[in-house]
Amino acid sequence: MHVSILFFRNFLYLKIAAALAVVALLAYTIDEPLGKPNGGTWLGYTLGTIGALLILWLTWFGIRKRRYGKGKLLLEDWMSGHVYLGVALLVVATLHSGMQFGWNVHTLAYGLMTFVILSGLFGLYAYIRLPRLRTENRAGMTLDDVMGMIAGISKECYDVAARLDDEVGQLVQKADADTRVGGSFWRQLSGRDPNCATTHALDRVRELAEGFTGTDADAGRQLITLLARKVELLRRARRDVQLKALLDVWLYVHIPMTIALLAALFVHIVTVFLYW
Amino acid sequence: MSEHYKIAIIGSGPCGMSAAGRAAEHGISHILLERTDHLSDTIYKYQKGKHVMATPDVLPLRSSYTFEAGRREAILKTWDDQTAKHKVNVRFKSEVTAIKGEKGAFEISVKGGGKITAENIVLGIGLQGNPRRLGCPGGDWEGVQYQLDDPDEYQGENIVVVGAGDAAIENAVALAKQNNVYIVNRRDEFARAKDGNQKLIEEAIGSGAITCFYNADPKSLTPGKLVLTVADGEAVVDCDRIIARLGAMPPRKFVESCGIKFPSEDPNALPELSPQYESNVPGLYILGALAGFPLIKQAMNQGYEVVEFILGNKIKPADEPLLEEKFGQLLSLGRTVDDIIAQIKGTVPILNGLTALQLREFLIDANIHFPKKGDVVFERNDYTNSFYMIVEGGVEILVDPDDPSIRVNLGPGEFFGEIGLMAGRRRSATIFANGPSFLLESPRRSMIKLINSVESVERGMKSVAMVRQLRTYLSPHLTNEVLQPVLETAQIRQYKSGQTLFREGDKEDGVYLIQKGSVTVSREIGGRDVVIAYVAAGNYIGEMAFLNKQPRNATIRAAINTETIWMESEKFRSLLESAEDLRRDVERRLLGRLVESETMKARPEAGNIIQFLVEQGVGEATDILLIDETLCIACDNCEKACAETHNGISRLNREAGPTYEAVHVPTSCRHCEHPHCMADCPPDAIHRAVNGEVFIDSKCIGCGNCERNCPYGVIHMASTEPAKPGLLSWMMFGMGPGPGQDKKRKKDKKKGGDDRKVAVKCDMCKDVGGGPSCVRACPTGAAIRVSPEEFFSFAELTR
Repeated sequence: MHVSILFFRNFLYLKIAAALAVVALLAYTIDEPLGKPNGGTWLGYTLGTIGALLILWLTWFGIRKRRYGKGKLLLEDWMSGHVYLGVALLVVATLHSGMQFGWNVHTLAYGLMTFVILSGLFGLYAYIRLPRLRTENRAGMTLDDVMGMIAGISKECYDVAARLDDEVGQLVQKADADTRVGGSFWRQLSGRDPNCATTHALDRVRELAEGFTGTDADAGRQLITLLARKVELLRRARRDVQLKALLDVWLYVHIPMTIALLAALFVHIVTVFLYW
Repeated sequence: MSEHYKIAIIGSGPCGMSAAGRAAEHGISHILLERTDHLSDTIYKYQKGKHVMATPDVLPLRSSYTFEAGRREAILKTWDDQTAKHKVNVRFKSEVTAIKGEKGAFEISVKGGGKITAENIVLGIGLQGNPRRLGCPGGDWEGVQYQLDDPDEYQGENIVVVGAGDAAIENAVALAKQNNVYIVNRRDEFARAKDGNQKLIEEAIGSGAITCFYNADPKSLTPGKLVLTVADGEAVVDCDRIIARLGAMPPRKFVESCGIKFPSEDPNALPELSPQYESNVPGLYILGALAGFPLIKQAMNQGYEVVEFILGNKIKPADEPLLEEKFGQLLSLGRTVDDIIAQIKGTVPILNGLTALQLREFLIDANIHFPKKGDVVFERNDYTNSFYMIVEGGVEILVDPDDPSIRVNLGPGEFFGEIGLMAGRRRSATIFANGPSFLLESPRRSMIKLINSVESVERGMKSVAMVRQLRTYLSPHLTNEVLQPVLETAQIRQYKSGQTLFREGDKEDGVYLIQKGSVTVSREIGGRDVVIAYVAAGNYIGEMAFLNKQPRNATIRAAINTETIWMESEKFRSLLESAEDLRRDVERRLLGRLVESETMKARPEAGNIIQFLVEQGVGEATDILLIDETLCIACDNCEKACAETHNGISRLNREAGPTYEAVHVPTSCRHCEHPHCMADCPPDAIHRAVNGEVFIDSKCIGCGNCERNCPYGVIHMASTEPAKPGLLSWMMFGMGPGPGQDKKRKKDKKKGGDDRKVAVKCDMCKDVGGGPSCVRACPTGAAIRVSPEEFFSFAELTR
């Protein structure tokens, strides 16, 4: 009952997109224009119009996505179509260019479009691959659950550390106060924290604990267990944040570049008509 | 010195007050005697700020006083003002100690020595003045109280609450915030209370906030020390205060001393009255709770009516216009409402055991239909669950959708629609009128109330329902003669959630037809119990073993509270011989199961998912939101879509809720077969639409019962949100909240609607069209809404 966007409606949108690409390629091969193939032939105009309309339609997805409760199709229809037709656009636009590239606004539009499509393909990869990794990583818990467990362990650490010397107390206190999950853009994406106060506390307490004896040694072992458990949960939490960030990050490129593309496309079309 | 009045009214509750107001309006000499120093003591003693309800909604109020649902304080203030306005002759602190004499010359003694004479007496003293006492020795200790005005008055005390009803639970839970509270329950569970309150008290006991003595009875009391008889001897509790909430009884001794007779010795028995509320003592009228009418509005109407009756005016009951409107065209033939009620009572046997007043109340809730020949009453697969009775004419049941020639006829006095009502599932057949008819349609709620309160209704319904279910679920070709031997030994068997119907290896003992609920089928594979199938209501199980003449080859457990019709196997076999379609069906299932269990053996993970979902209560769902976590990109577009389609409040929480493997059950309504939320909705605001959506309408008063009753935490209370700006004005000018981010209210509350919270829950976007917004807005197809049968289907799980 659950169907991924790639297989949606038995590949309906793949079929449509493939048909479009094949027809465009055939026309391109058959067509024998005067001079080199370019955007100015009848085929060039046709492909250009199709490409421009496709770009507008693909951009409309951002609006459609937010028109809740409206329209006959599922959003998944749009999404599936967006992916396949977006890839087909690469073919259509390339043929439209007639392989003529240069340092001009036309190629700028083409470059931006390619960049948007490639970022979209990364997004597709992320959407297909990462949810499963995220599910496995969380093992049936939510991020809130994990954070709750981490907070619980921090409390326990204080109780155990109260039986040990001041340095340990300070380490545990620091591990509680200074440990962060998430944070800056790069920190989220990396999924790690090289300065993690808890990891640091674990390493240092291990060193110190070697010297503990008697009841201190018991408490030391207990604390190490707790800290190790916390480090493991932190790793899991940071991994979750990382995966979520990866699911989102490409949109920060995909959307602004789309806006830039629209501007470049507009200039491309206007200049073609003005200076041709 | 003695004073004389035409009407003396004893008790200033809603009925007494209303009677006095009407008398004052007529300018008749009257006196309203009240024991305390304020009006309407019962309502005065409600907990502070309590929301008083004005049920039944449809009943019009006919009184010199006004009354609308609202806060206790506001209502009391209005009544005080109106008492002054009508110049009602009220006398406080006048407890009546005796009534003597007869119509025209009653003599009333008032505590403190006063004497009043009156021609007529209206007795409206209610029940609360007479709480059931703590009967043990020492029970008159001043630390024992029978009510609780304001639980916040007490702090840090040891308090024992005695009783297991709603009042006891509400008091105990409120007191437990600041005190050490014990509750004494005579039984081993709190079954008498509302579901919501049961849950409250069980949680409080579970968390240790309240200590409960079950199966306990107060034995003796000395100041500060209560001795209880408990199952294993005695227990002693130190207490600063005892709050006994043991209900109230008619103040029988006093009433009897006035010469009024009770029909039986039962302490809860009510005095017998004429339709004009007159008791066996002429001139002495009884109203309100003491007459068996506990609702404020009913009592106020009676107060008005009784004064009219005393004046000799023949007025009709307040609900008469409602019934007149309801009966509409029937009345044009010169018949009266009473004639029609008599006809209904005479024709429909299951309504025969109702009193005139019960029947009137029932009819106000009912709908009346006059279909013509060929009109459809309801269609197969509709999700309605009302119940129909035939008064005139008749209907035809189209039992088998594939074979329109099989039709069953029903005539006057018979009923239909009970299968939908009992199973909580879609209609199993289409019903046509077979001539001009007069049908009564009763909503689910009034029917359930009736089944629970009038035993003859339940009995009459169940026996007929059994035959119908066998025909519907087994084969429409079964004739009465063939069914008769099966029915002779068939039994209705009930199972609690998780209970076993039979175990793998057991000796075969019969066939079970599931009429309500659902079950799981599991087998021992590799030493573990693996669920291999889920079977919903309307199907039968247990036929395999007797066909194969082998012991049971699977264990059957109830997935939720389940009711089955059990049939003896030999008798079931005779059915197979007489109905070829049933035999084929049984054989087809048998073959299917063989294939199924072989596949499931190899793929236990599919069974584990069924097991997991059944544990989440999916067994009672009719439509559930499931998220495939391997596809979910956590964009929360489902939540945003939900909020956008429902005034900014999302009714689902994507992330919350359990997950097994990749199947996630978010916190969202499952539209249960027998919705728990519907169980106790005072304004009857929760309904099921034709397509199965359970929704809350605008009648919601915000009491929160449904929120407490929902075992899945999918209902919450929310204030109405301010209007949202368009997308552009939000984007360009930063006006108001944007898409999906409506959690915070706008700063200026003036524009933001009222502050009252109402219950909100998923209604499957029934008013939007095109299906639930959450599913439609999922970009990756991770969110689906399915019925458990679809999802649990073998093909789906082993895909």
